[in-house]
Amino acid sequence: MSATREDVGGTPLPPGWAKPAHQPDAFELTTTTFEERAAKTMARPFARGAIANATDHAAALTTARFVGTDHQALREEARRIRAHAIANLPDYLDQWIDQAERKGTIVHYASDESEARRIVAQICTDQQITRVVKSKSMASEEVSLNSALEAVGVDIYETDLGEFVVQAMGDRPGHVIAPILHRTKDEVHELFSAMAGHELPNEAEALTAFAREGLRHAFLTADAGISGGNFLIAETGDVLIVTNEGNGRLTTSLPPIHIALVGIEKVLPRRRDLAVLLPLLTGHGTGQQITTYVSVSAGPRRQGEPDGPEQMHVVLLDAGRSALLGGEFEEALHCIRCGACQNVCPVYRQVGGHAYGWVYGGPIGAVLTPLFRGQEEAGELAQATTLCGACDDVCPVKIPLHDLLLGLRRRSDADGHVPRHEQLAFALWAQVWSRPLLYRATTAVARGSLRTLARDGVVSAKNPLLRRWTAGRDLIVDRRPR
Amino acid sequence: MPDDVGMSVAVQLFPTCISDVVAQQTVTDTERVLDALGIDHQRPSGTTCCGQPAFNSGHDGPARAVAKATLKALDDGSDLPILVPSGSCTSMVRLHWRELFHGTPEAEAATRIARRVRELSSYLVEHTDALRELNPALAVRVGYHDSCHMLRELRIKDAPREVLQTVAGLELVELDSSERCCGFGGTFSGRYPDVSVAMADTKIDDMVTAKIDVLVSSDPGCLMQLAGRMSRQGTPVRAVHLATLMAEALA
Repeated sequence: MSATREDVGGTPLPPGWAKPAHQPDAFELTTTTFEERAAKTMARPFARGAIANATDHAAALTTARFVGTDHQALREEARRIRAHAIANLPDYLDQWIDQAERKGTIVHYASDESEARRIVAQICTDQQITRVVKSKSMASEEVSLNSALEAVGVDIYETDLGEFVVQAMGDRPGHVIAPILHRTKDEVHELFSAMAGHELPNEAEALTAFAREGLRHAFLTADAGISGGNFLIAETGDVLIVTNEGNGRLTTSLPPIHIALVGIEKVLPRRRDLAVLLPLLTGHGTGQQITTYVSVSAGPRRQGEPDGPEQMHVVLLDAGRSALLGGEFEEALHCIRCGACQNVCPVYRQVGGHAYGWVYGGPIGAVLTPLFRGQEEAGELAQATTLCGACDDVCPVKIPLHDLLLGLRRRSDADGHVPRHEQLAFALWAQVWSRPLLYRATTAVARGSLRTLARDGVVSAKNPLLRRWTAGRDLIVDRRPR
Repeated sequence: MPDDVGMSVAVQLFPTCISDVVAQQTVTDTERVLDALGIDHQRPSGTTCCGQPAFNSGHDGPARAVAKATLKALDDGSDLPILVPSGSCTSMVRLHWRELFHGTPEAEAATRIARRVRELSSYLVEHTDALRELNPALAVRVGYHDSCHMLRELRIKDAPREVLQTVAGLELVELDSSERCCGFGGTFSGRYPDVSVAMADTKIDDMVTAKIDVLVSSDPGCLMQLAGRMSRQGTPVRAVHLATLMAEALA
């Protein structure tokens, strides 16, 4: 690329605008507990309000979207398609690879996160790529792709507006489709004004225009575009992405090289399966009938075509996925990353995505994180839900999240990842409460003790045994039955 | 009594452990309502807990050991309905015992009991005509909290509301967040107390906005959570079990 590439339009962003990307080992999962991470978000009442408002709004849009449609039948059909695709994943993946290679796409397979980082970094080095525009990709978050590319001297521009803010703040996305759901407009105003070097109007339009100027320049000067993928169509070898900002289409078609990093589970057998899955993805994601852009990348530019990338690479990401095939937790692979379970989760609503310590928050995060990162590191997340079942009722592909969470709790118990004191407590409990006589004795003692501790019918003292309860609540002591 | 004059309908009543420890009033109030309806009832001796706290924490062994005691006490050879004044305990016995006892000598009995258990409101709703004839009355503005397992596992939503609507003078208000979890979640409430309390607060804010006098639910667990938080905050809303409200309306 020549030195004159800067004179193309738009306004270059100031040097150092982006904070350095997180290192692969910078996730908080292993260094803090869910409770500690949750406390961080809960200490920011404004963030809590933002999360609650945004998720309520999104959930209402989803409900409204499907009024008057045979939503249940559509969900059931989607479940069937996803179950079939995943049950036959190796075959469909082979078919996809075959078709993609026929179209000239260069296919890579990354068995784990470090391999994915290595492959993409290698492409950048080989092709002398120094500037990359990137559209939203949760797979790239999984593998901490940005830090790997920075390490080989690549400048990265996140072009989804939310991800752009995340990058400029040195933050992490807080939701699978709404990365800055935990942020407020005022925070973005402050950030962008600092980047611009002068006070910008605190209006969404003006703030978006500022980002657009910087990103336009990046799009026009980038050596490569990196995207994720919402679906891989086995029949055609294509990669499909849905976006609303147009950044995805520019990322995948404007720069001379397009690299897509896609989880292997995103395969759909046939193009016509989109008739079912696409409206469910967009309806459960944003309440839209269809997103503003649905972009299909079908290989590099062919002879005679006026545009499109000269090279297209797809990096298929395994990273814990194939290990789930055929097992108790296979259904977790049915997920299409719409975020609907996060929007209805009463726990997520309070604590946001970061409390889950890795890439995915909410119910699907509490399932995927232990499965991808290991039970020892992340098993606790399966306990961080009330098993209320709201996620089961909203999942567009009917993943039984409640059962999977319960299954993970069982597996933690079976594999000995449960704290010793908890194991002992339940063992002792079973010894006593499996005997009606001892049960009657202990419940009588419990009632008596509570009545002794009670003042005006409630226990509110910070009794060490009850402190986890009484720190924020009274324990109402039952009247002696009349 | 309408059609069954002179006939008494016998039911068993499984009090549940949470009632035995912190909500005995719920059971005595259930009995009062049944008495008013002329329905003979009996508490089988030897019941303990349904095993739910251990089962939902992933400890199937302890869950099975404890549930087995209750199963034996309930399996009396009759096919009388077994009333449970708790949605989540009903759900445990009705839907999860089969799985818990699968492949054990108790499997058959677990299936038998699963068929017999009835969540209290879903039983009372069959007696709304009889209830109306007893002229229950209470001038209160009431909101109802749908407990999660009752709503999303047993799929019972209308029954408790229909029972409440037999009460003259009672104004039933639909709360915006009636279907949202209260944050109890069994052991969750102790594992993550701050999150749990914050979840209760969003429900309580909604109740205050709706200006209700009484919050009614059918799960002692949710009531322990919501009443406990409201007591701490001094929120002027009572939280009571459906059985308690009905007993008061019939008194």
